[in-house]
Amino acid sequence: MSSTAFTGPKESLFLRLPVVSHLRKSVGLQRGMLIAGVALSATFLLATVLAPILAPYGYSQLSDASGAFPTQQAPSAKHLFGTTVGGYDVLSRVLWGSQTAVTVIIVSVAMSLFLGVALGLLSGYFGGWLDRILVVIADAIYAFPTLLLAIVISIAISRGQSSFWGGILSCAFSITVVFVPQYFRVIRAETIRLKAEPFVESAMVLGASSLRIIGRHIFKNATRTLPLMFTLNASEAILTLAGLGFLGFGIEPTSAAEWGFDLNKALSDASSGIWWTGVFPGMAIVLTVLGLTLVGESINDLNDPRIRGRKRAGGAPAAAPSAPSEAGTV
Amino acid sequence: MTTLIEVPDVEPGTAAPKSKSAPGGGLGKYIVIRFFLIIPTIFILVTLVFFLMRVIGDPITASQGGRLPPDVLAQRIHDAGYDRPILVQYFEYLGQLITGNFGTTITDRRPVVEMLTTFGAATLELSINALLVALLVGIPLGLIAAQRRDKTTDAFLRCFAILCYATPVFFSGLLLKLTFSVWLGWLPVAGRVSTRTELAMGGLANPSGIYWLDALRSGNFAALGDVMSHAVLPAVALGLLTAGVFLRLVRTNVIGTLGKDYVEAGRSRGVSEYRLLTKHAYKPALIPIITVMGLQIALMLGGAVLTETTFEWKGLGYQLVQYLNARDFVAVQGIVVLLAVIVAVTNFVVDIVAALIDPRVRY
Repeated sequence: MSSTAFTGPKESLFLRLPVVSHLRKSVGLQRGMLIAGVALSATFLLATVLAPILAPYGYSQLSDASGAFPTQQAPSAKHLFGTTVGGYDVLSRVLWGSQTAVTVIIVSVAMSLFLGVALGLLSGYFGGWLDRILVVIADAIYAFPTLLLAIVISIAISRGQSSFWGGILSCAFSITVVFVPQYFRVIRAETIRLKAEPFVESAMVLGASSLRIIGRHIFKNATRTLPLMFTLNASEAILTLAGLGFLGFGIEPTSAAEWGFDLNKALSDASSGIWWTGVFPGMAIVLTVLGLTLVGESINDLNDPRIRGRKRAGGAPAAAPSAPSEAGTV
Repeated sequence: MTTLIEVPDVEPGTAAPKSKSAPGGGLGKYIVIRFFLIIPTIFILVTLVFFLMRVIGDPITASQGGRLPPDVLAQRIHDAGYDRPILVQYFEYLGQLITGNFGTTITDRRPVVEMLTTFGAATLELSINALLVALLVGIPLGLIAAQRRDKTTDAFLRCFAILCYATPVFFSGLLLKLTFSVWLGWLPVAGRVSTRTELAMGGLANPSGIYWLDALRSGNFAALGDVMSHAVLPAVALGLLTAGVFLRLVRTNVIGTLGKDYVEAGRSRGVSEYRLLTKHAYKPALIPIITVMGLQIALMLGGAVLTETTFEWKGLGYQLVQYLNARDFVAVQGIVVLLAVIVAVTNFVVDIVAALIDPRVRY
């Protein structure tokens, strides 16, 4: 944990991984937030991987050897989180729900990363009419309430029939459409900035092909903010998925467990004081989003030398050449 | 649902293509260029929704699909004109829009304009209440967090802000309902007003549709109380979502300005920290907040769909879901066009305000 952690040229690959290197840079409160975020995210991933082992029942299981599950039963030894109005085991649905969430995140973020980065690079590098058109379209989509867009696209794709992959893909596609403009904007802005840098100009003078310049010189430099965007978009993807499910445009309960859908069904329970059907899936959403946001937020802070907390040497503020006024902040 | 603004390109007027900036253009030119960018924005959204809605399917199949024999169904669709070439329908629709004719909803046969004003008033009321909650909670807490930076208070407030963002409205709404309506019994579970009050207010000429305004105008304070009690939970649920964003934004920006040279100069002259915060650091930090507030209005409209569904608040968002399920594309397009106009105009106004406050923002 010496201060050479972020200056030493020969760090091992593991120590240079995004989250690991940030963890080493962090101190105090920021470290606490990062660790909490990593812990929550890890729990979420563990639940995803271990759902088949951990969950006492299947996500659409309505009975076991001793007969059908009772409906709307309060938490008990047999059903730790109680059962829903349809007779599903809440604990099992919460655990299986993490699988659905992870699948949607992976598919949607991968698609929007690919599309958004590619379009942003092209638009920023070549400029001209292509750039103008893409910017106007991206801004139009960006300006629109994202959930509405997601709903319309989700119905357009799934047409009301939602098998597991049908539902997952329609959710993922609709989330993709919402995210592409964000990636597009960031990458485009970076590309335009980098295009004016001397190393890109010298590559042009040397006669490197556009493809090579974009791929080699711009791409690698323009994608620094992507780990941050990934965590933030992953949490937004969860919220959008839950929103779709809540409004009834998501995945059928027989195809997969989805937290938003369960919350929708729990809404009417709430009026009669049945809390367990809503509180547990809701907590699952909140904790997952919280974990991902904490990680993203901490990375953002740690990347910004003006905000980053500093290690103190002998109680005195460490002299930081890049942030001169750091010592005077309240 | 929420497109947060932590993405590092927080700068006013991001909607304008900066590539063709003319340094000496002046405010007038900037306004004109920004104004004409509204038109393609709305046009793109209208087009997008038109074609997506046609892909979704027609209202006749949605309502009668299983009940009518296929040939009768096809005849009905033909009579309604939904089987004509899609481009013909599209240009017909555009032509109607340009002449200001929004049509009549298919499912309940109401003029779209009337539907929009009725439900729009409800959504407007909800949005105003929520914005009020967001400002009252977000800005003061943000200032406190900035002043007590890296202390326990700051940590607590930042966690609160993230929690606001991490909790979907339908879950916070559910928790609020469980706590305040079911267990404590203080507030009503759902709806905008109780039936009794609605009847009592019914005689009002030219009702605005904004219930607290109507209750005030009728001078009926029992009704006002009833309306207010219904408004609290939805406003808090939707408002907290935005309050978290405001809190973080105020905090970051104030911390940024507190480190500026002129604040440092004030500090060295012996100006108190409180005065530095309220007089020096606060105003420059507000500009990004105004621009983000504009974007938040767009997000709030999205959040309103979920809030309205949670609390059965019969506004545009609640209605939109009903119309979508019925494949009533005339109604859906009407709502979407209205939302697109609101968002585009808000962004326009926000950019102009930002340019007026800070002359450096002009392009």
